[in-house]
Amino acid sequence: MSVHSAFAPAGAQAARIYEHWLLYWYVALAVYVIVGGAFLYLLIRSWRSRPESIAEPTQPVQHRMAKYVGASSVATALILILLLVSAAITGHDLASYGQKPNLQINVIGHQWWWEVQYQNDDPSMTLMTANEIHIPTGQKVLLNLTSSDVIHSFWVPSLNGKRDLIPSHQNTLTIEADRPGVYRGQCAEFCGLQHAHMILYVIAEPPSKFSAWMRHQLQPAPEPVDAKLRHGRDVFLNEPCVTCHTVRGTTALGTVGPDLTHIADRQTIGAGTLPNTPGHLSGWVTDPQRAKPGILMPTIPIAPNDVQPLLVYLESLR
Amino acid sequence: MTEAQPQPESVAHLFEEERSALQKVWRNPRGLLGWFSVTTHQEIGRRYIFTAFLFLLAGGVEAMLMRLQLARPDNHFLSNDFYDQLFTMHGTTMMFLFAVPVLEGFAIYLVPLMVGTRNVAFPRLNAFGYWMYVFGGIFLYIGFLCNTGADAGWFAYTPLSGPQYSPGKRVDFWAQMITFTEVSALSVAVEIMTTVLRLRAPGMSLNRIPIFVWSVFVQALMILFAMPAIMLSSGMLLCDRTIGTHYFNPSEGGDPLLWQHLFWFFGHPEVYIIFIPGTGFVSTLITAATRRPLFGYTAVVLSLIATGFMGFGLWVHHMFATGLPQLGASFFSAATLVIAIPTGVQFFCWIATIWSAGKLTMNTATHFMFGFFFIFLAGGLTGVMLGSVPLDLQVHDTYFVVAHFHYVLIGGMVFPLMGAFYHWIPKMTGRLLNETAGKVNFWLLFVGFNLTFFPMHLLGFYGMPRRVYTYQADTGWGGLSELASIGAALIALGGLVFIGNYLWSMRHGIPAGNDPWGSDTLEWSTTSPPPNYNYVHLPTVSGRYALWSRLPDDPVVTGLHTDRREVLVTGILDGQPDHRYILPGSSIWPLLTAIAVAIGFIASVFVFHDLTYGIILTALTLLGWFWPRRDPRHGVKDQS
Amino acid sequence: MRFAALGTIIALVFVASCQREQRNPRVVAASASVMTQLPRESELVPGGSVPQPRISSPDNGNAYDINQGQTLFTAYNCAGCHGGEGGGGIGPALNDANWIYGGEPAQIFDSIVRGRPNGMPAWGARIPKDKIWALVAYVRSLSGQQPKSATAARSDDIEPDPHTGTTKARGSTP
Repeated sequence: MSVHSAFAPAGAQAARIYEHWLLYWYVALAVYVIVGGAFLYLLIRSWRSRPESIAEPTQPVQHRMAKYVGASSVATALILILLLVSAAITGHDLASYGQKPNLQINVIGHQWWWEVQYQNDDPSMTLMTANEIHIPTGQKVLLNLTSSDVIHSFWVPSLNGKRDLIPSHQNTLTIEADRPGVYRGQCAEFCGLQHAHMILYVIAEPPSKFSAWMRHQLQPAPEPVDAKLRHGRDVFLNEPCVTCHTVRGTTALGTVGPDLTHIADRQTIGAGTLPNTPGHLSGWVTDPQRAKPGILMPTIPIAPNDVQPLLVYLESLR
Repeated sequence: MTEAQPQPESVAHLFEEERSALQKVWRNPRGLLGWFSVTTHQEIGRRYIFTAFLFLLAGGVEAMLMRLQLARPDNHFLSNDFYDQLFTMHGTTMMFLFAVPVLEGFAIYLVPLMVGTRNVAFPRLNAFGYWMYVFGGIFLYIGFLCNTGADAGWFAYTPLSGPQYSPGKRVDFWAQMITFTEVSALSVAVEIMTTVLRLRAPGMSLNRIPIFVWSVFVQALMILFAMPAIMLSSGMLLCDRTIGTHYFNPSEGGDPLLWQHLFWFFGHPEVYIIFIPGTGFVSTLITAATRRPLFGYTAVVLSLIATGFMGFGLWVHHMFATGLPQLGASFFSAATLVIAIPTGVQFFCWIATIWSAGKLTMNTATHFMFGFFFIFLAGGLTGVMLGSVPLDLQVHDTYFVVAHFHYVLIGGMVFPLMGAFYHWIPKMTGRLLNETAGKVNFWLLFVGFNLTFFPMHLLGFYGMPRRVYTYQADTGWGGLSELASIGAALIALGGLVFIGNYLWSMRHGIPAGNDPWGSDTLEWSTTSPPPNYNYVHLPTVSGRYALWSRLPDDPVVTGLHTDRREVLVTGILDGQPDHRYILPGSSIWPLLTAIAVAIGFIASVFVFHDLTYGIILTALTLLGWFWPRRDPRHGVKDQS
Repeated sequence: MRFAALGTIIALVFVASCQREQRNPRVVAASASVMTQLPRESELVPGGSVPQPRISSPDNGNAYDINQGQTLFTAYNCAGCHGGEGGGGIGPALNDANWIYGGEPAQIFDSIVRGRPNGMPAWGARIPKDKIWALVAYVRSLSGQQPKSATAARSDDIEPDPHTGTTKARGSTP
């Protein structure tokens, strides 16, 4: 079960924004009650009064009215200044949370999936993956955001506000998770036919588990151990899959689609479109256009006796 | 020339002679050709309102289809391609083809009546503007019916809307439709401003202009500055898409963000262009409901002007998530909050007006006015929330924003518009609308609206982004979405009740008479519907509330020609009579010019340089339009 | 009478737009199959498989297909040899009237599927048929053989200099 609500903050940034929201919410509620209440009072007064029982206002009454209007306007201005100052302070606080990140991840938006690259000073330790971002809890993670095609927007409401991924621009966003969990996010800028299914998961784990995950992810795909797996790998390498996908440890080095080296570890397929179960994976591989019509991955008929071995091979990519 | 009314016995005969002469000169021409040649403001205003209402229905159907698709998770009622076209068409229709035109229609209809003249300053330009609007709308919808409906959103961000990611002609149709409607809007803006400044009744100084007229004047001023921005940017997009320019191509020195800046420089004033006349409606309805003068007239006028001016300084608040420097964003954040102050002033003046009132006239129009108060207030408050950058970064591009702008646009414009319908349809048609049906209409709309859009505030916080054709069951958005869809059905029902009420009342409604509401503005002193010449003798005005300050022996304007369409031009500040002016009569040239321009615009979407043919044709039709005529009955300035 | 004329115009536009604007992400299985039986003319094969017999062209001025072809042209790095927008480089230019192996749709299809001597790989085993036809549609659009209304005026990538064929980086002087 994933968390994806701005009302359920799981990180310092989202929590700060939530506090800020509470101020705005209470102020707005108070203003609505007062001003709306005035209208309601006037309605009720009219309903209960007899015609002509309220005289036309005299000059002193008009004068008093003018003072009330003036005072209300000044009060409005003061409240707005208060809200503005709060916004400025919150913005400043959020910016300060981004100092000295522990981890840098590049996120590149594609129609309609997320390319994720873990940066490292040692090039052999950079990791390419897709659609799922694992982070250690309690550490600042700096995301470098850009897009390879149209404008997308990175938004995981439980962790922070959103930031756009704009082609030819580099934006940054800092996230930090207080506690382990799965935090759901979705692309928040209309990016075409499958904008609705460009979902991502940020999975926060204790630092030790995160390091273990990282080490495992850097491993290439294991050699197949039995005939069925070998058959499956051969199917994978002979079908068009290799022109778009990478499986490290094989000759498949395509970069058009997501890296599949550890596909079986992921929670979802197709950037959150389907849960990653054997049944769904089978449906996806044989007919991706059914689940996510309009994407670049074509529907290719695979020979019936090749399908099962292929799926077994893909399931082995842990 | 103005003079006091002569002895009653001689008046009746003279009056009748003048009346029938005016009737003849101002008559709308008959037949098919005549229908296309009309230049009277009442007819064109009505056409604008009727056409805009048809587009409102189209946009409403699109919304209903969207709500049906979103009522359940993982729904397959509509394909993603069609849904993308629907939400684009819905937004585009409502913003460009309904909201601004319907207000323009009311302005065209009411302004000459309210300022006490016979027609707008440029009658043929008025007709031309209408035909451009109609052609633009038809062009877009023919595209929609031919699988060429725009599908990149009503805001069409690049690079998605650019040549590489939006193949075909869909976005081209959208971009060129904008050119049509903006030419139309600019025509209306120019003529409204001139009418308000130069054709007012003698005695109507600037501080005696009805608030509604002020509001459409400010709207016209805003249109003048905002519309060229969108025409330019949609033109740039068309060039990128059809002739290979690189305005929005980062690889060649352009920038996708340039589109956002240009679009929102128009887009934000656009919503105030829609909202400000809405407040004009409210200020008018409030005097009718309370039988009191509006409290704080000067403050309200200054608020309108301040809102119009400040509205141009907010546009970047649509771009807070694009990675702007904090300092720049703060400026726009401050401006976004500060613009709440003039609107607040208007609210307090309205409260003060009602406070000073006796028993309110609780007819349907007043119901809708109160609907505006309760709904727009909520929308304005969520707008303030969106002005805070940190908050906006959470709820930007989510259903929270959808809720916000529907609260401000429907609450701020559609509810006052419904009130305006109930208030002025009796003037336009001579029949009152049924009050019982009106109240049913109101409650269906009020309850339906809140049921539809209030849950969306929560959906935004719960993570639901905009413009998604479906969502998954495990998101938990299903319940609130279903509620919203049920509310939409109530809104649709309310709309049907309104249409039924209108149709029934046209046959069986109580005859309205000149002034069913005891209102203060000039249009209530003439018949319902008014004759094409509006007033046999143009009125003069001696107070801010024309009919309330009118005395039995107040002077009227006599001596204007009755064998030609003549009006009195007065001074800008004080409304002192200056000279007479002969307006042109009916003419087919506005239609022909609109056709020539349309040919150029439509052909250039397919082959860019076919614009040349349009230019040549337009030059020819303009020749016909401006060909000088000896006959003084056609637009020659009379010096006497 | 007005309505009959209007209806005719609408019907004509309908017919014209229908073809251009069609989008069919779900394709019939037969058209998506990979050709493994066609004889090869090139020794170079990315991965190794045998192509299939040729079929007639479904190419029909569809904007969506041309756009798909444009995406694939970059994705499969055709631009690497043929240049961005087909201006030529290691491989021959595709935006001119010279077709070494024929410029008819079926001939271009054949070139892609079976490969050609002197460097063109055989893609038949690696790209499904419907996507190859999309590439054919795009390649033909480069030399202006597709309706202008269905062709994008430019791509979002760096354009080669028409005189030298080289691409210039953003912000540099030509």
